[in-house]
Amino acid sequence: MYRCAIYDEPLLNELECCIPQEKKKPVAELPTTLQRTTPLHIPNLEEIQVVRHFLRLSQMNYGIDTGMYPLGSCTMKYNPKICEDISRWESFAAVHPNQDESTVQGSLQIMYELEQMLCEITGMNTFTLQPAAGAQGEFTGLLLTRAYHHFNGQNHRTDVILPDTAHGTNPASATMAGYTVTEIPSTQEGTVDLSVLEKTLSEKTACFMLTNPNTLGIFESDICEIQKLVHNAGSLLYYDGANMNAIMGKARPGDMGFDIVHINLHKTFSTPHGGGGPGAGPVGVTKKLERFLPVPRVIHSKNNYALDYNYMDSIGKIKGFYGNFSVLLKAYIYILMMGQDGLTEASEIAVLNANYMKKKLVDSKKYDLPYKEHRTHEFVLSCERLHQEKGIRALDVAKRLLDYGLHPPTIYFPMIVKEALMIEPTESESKTSLDNYIDALLKIADEDVQTVLNAPTNTKVRRLDEALAVKNPTFTWKMKQNTFTTEEKQTCCESAGRHH
Amino acid sequence: MKFIPNTTIKQTMLNEIGFHTIDELFTDIPKKIRAKPLNLPKGLTQQQTEQKLRILAKKNQSYYDLPNFLGGGTKPHYVPAAVNSIISRSEFYTAYTPYQPEASQGFLQAMFEYQSIIAELTGMDIANASLYDGVTALGEAALMCTRINKRKTFLIPENISWEKKSVLKNYTLGAGLIIKEIPYDKKTGKLNIDILKKTIDEDTTGVYLENPNFFGIFEDDVQTIHALIQQKGSLFVVGIDPFSLGIIKNPGEYGADIILGEGRSLGTNLEFGGPGLGLFACKTEYLRQLPGRIIGLTKDTEGKQAFCMTLQTREQHIRRARATSNICTNEGLIALAALVHLSWLGSNGLEELSRINFQRGQSLAKEITSIKGFKTVFSGNFFNEFVIRYKGDTNTLHKKALQKGVQIGLSITKWFPALNQCLLFGVTELHTDEQIQHLLTVLREVA
Repeated sequence: MYRCAIYDEPLLNELECCIPQEKKKPVAELPTTLQRTTPLHIPNLEEIQVVRHFLRLSQMNYGIDTGMYPLGSCTMKYNPKICEDISRWESFAAVHPNQDESTVQGSLQIMYELEQMLCEITGMNTFTLQPAAGAQGEFTGLLLTRAYHHFNGQNHRTDVILPDTAHGTNPASATMAGYTVTEIPSTQEGTVDLSVLEKTLSEKTACFMLTNPNTLGIFESDICEIQKLVHNAGSLLYYDGANMNAIMGKARPGDMGFDIVHINLHKTFSTPHGGGGPGAGPVGVTKKLERFLPVPRVIHSKNNYALDYNYMDSIGKIKGFYGNFSVLLKAYIYILMMGQDGLTEASEIAVLNANYMKKKLVDSKKYDLPYKEHRTHEFVLSCERLHQEKGIRALDVAKRLLDYGLHPPTIYFPMIVKEALMIEPTESESKTSLDNYIDALLKIADEDVQTVLNAPTNTKVRRLDEALAVKNPTFTWKMKQNTFTTEEKQTCCESAGRHH
Repeated sequence: MKFIPNTTIKQTMLNEIGFHTIDELFTDIPKKIRAKPLNLPKGLTQQQTEQKLRILAKKNQSYYDLPNFLGGGTKPHYVPAAVNSIISRSEFYTAYTPYQPEASQGFLQAMFEYQSIIAELTGMDIANASLYDGVTALGEAALMCTRINKRKTFLIPENISWEKKSVLKNYTLGAGLIIKEIPYDKKTGKLNIDILKKTIDEDTTGVYLENPNFFGIFEDDVQTIHALIQQKGSLFVVGIDPFSLGIIKNPGEYGADIILGEGRSLGTNLEFGGPGLGLFACKTEYLRQLPGRIIGLTKDTEGKQAFCMTLQTREQHIRRARATSNICTNEGLIALAALVHLSWLGSNGLEELSRINFQRGQSLAKEITSIKGFKTVFSGNFFNEFVIRYKGDTNTLHKKALQKGVQIGLSITKWFPALNQCLLFGVTELHTDEQIQHLLTVLREVA
């Protein structure tokens, strides 16, 4: 069994401050109206205190380097160390975005070449590297959609259609871009319902957003028909590239007829997720949308790379500067190392690993696989049988996995699967590692119900009272001091008394 | 090395699950759209890759090869070694967004501390767990204002970066906001309050003020500005530079409702401009309209202190089309770096750093204007950036200085035509006395 490191690590402001707060000295040259009057309460600590504090916190955190992390649609693959090393070289890290272009030719060349690589992998005409994350890529894509229809005098196209299996960011991005969202139900196979799509498409449709393979891990085999329907209605077709890891070297969104594509470099191209970011969500488009791309664009002529701002119809900017460069750099290094052969093999083995796990788990008859049998790089199981028979829910299975030292899959998504476990092992895991995960899932299904319902017991904390976090909103250490109950304050004072 | 362990046993695995070839796994892809082999080079070894990257690295000049004095909000700052040591812990950097709080208490506690320290620094009640950068943070702030009071006009100073204007326009297009610019006072470089007074009305959802502003100048009439905004019932949004807050009033002290800023230089290098760190904080009353992740304190079943993502009903994965923002991935690791840096500094360190940056700004401006041909443009108090007008052609000056190994201030004429021949200089604690002397020598020689 796994044991997580457990420290009762105080909050930073609760650590003992060895260094006294210096008395504020007024700044002579600054008018008093400007000067800070309230004292700043950031603890003054020794470096060793800071380092120990954060090292202990790191030990109470689970990363892909700790163990398998098969979050569906998140593609938690191994992050090669060399990418981290190189991205810290001063020649890349200590470079100012407004330096003279002649002094940043290396960085511009990397961006230019990365764009070319992404064009080849996705079959698109041109890329922008500017978006900071997948969701921002979607938002950019929808701004491009707006600009395109506006340019063609089609301002009446106010609607975006997406399937009920879509990621939550899709409808949120569409709303942010000013669109009205219609979600259409999937077929019994878990795929786009062509007749529903056809009925829903109209002269008001601006864009149909699709993930392929979709979030159930099913490849939308009707993609050619979908493409025709969407384009015949005068709408654009948008590709959410969160699941690109399933098809590299096998199929390209450009060849499927998509007009706009975003990909997540922190998924398919192996840049680490950083506990929540930074990511990067480059967007690729076909020729007809190129003129609207954000500025600047990296251009290349006679061994010289430059940033070009002269695009009259460009939507302008969607974030500061040129994109999350250090993330772009890591993806570039990864693609160089993998090459044509490696990327294709990554997708092949990612799909093999998922199908291997799916087969073993489904054959056990402990978990079910709603919808179509054939899956790509991920699959969504239902714990409904366990729920009905033993009262064990997907959440319980997830929490029990933590006791085995395994990160749970994505749960309760997509919403069309009851008690969903959405599993994406990626190509990074060995057969032993997959077998180990399968064993754990099978064992949990047979374990004593109470053990599963009580899980986790080997982690830093047991299950959380998430309702309490909403009921007693406490987001800062100051708020914590204010919301302490009297009882807790007393215990605190007593224990403090004992120390002194 | 392809990082794919099962390559050698794929046939065994295929057979075990009833397949013969890899191709059988891809039969759902219609034949006519199956891809040809990708037209990319074969993969390189790690060693070959490193060699290739060394060649590319030589085509760049880092701050240490080419010291720069560029203003405009992005400046090099010192990053203590402890920061990289901590953010290199792979338990942190290889983790996903903390969807399973029991296995992510370390990161969650750190983000709770980050929120606490940003709230403390800015004088706000609460902060979120980061946005993409200071630029998109302005877009999110404008949208938040209109969600709060349903009004449709957002006022910004004329003198903010063109990037912010462009991003703001894109972010607010969907919501149909009208953006109006308030000019700066040509003498002081501060916001023209008379025009603000004439422009602000009952439809003004929020007013954005940058302090120090794009020209490096402190807005010291904040009480008057706040009173005007309050009178019309609009929201007061303030953009900050965290390095200035050790010595100047925090926006909470003068009535800000929402604050935002670029936090990259707290613990992260220049990185050619990205990733950034969108600092975002506000008063508690606007909590429900806050964009992005927020970490809350709670208890586990045994009553132990614990942390989790909370108020998720605001977010895209629950609320979908009606979410407060589409943001999912944020800048977690950059926020962690900022937290470690601020913990390493403490109040004492930050105050000292603010003071040094302020003094550096004052003395560099003095030195540059003591050279014939260089003059300050505005009379307002400034922090560590300032606008200088040069008697000659700034582009020629820049090219000549570059040849002598120094990058001078940012030319701002293309965005502010009235400021012809003007350069925005910036200086921080990182610039050495030698680098500063070198800049001055070059300016003297070239001018």
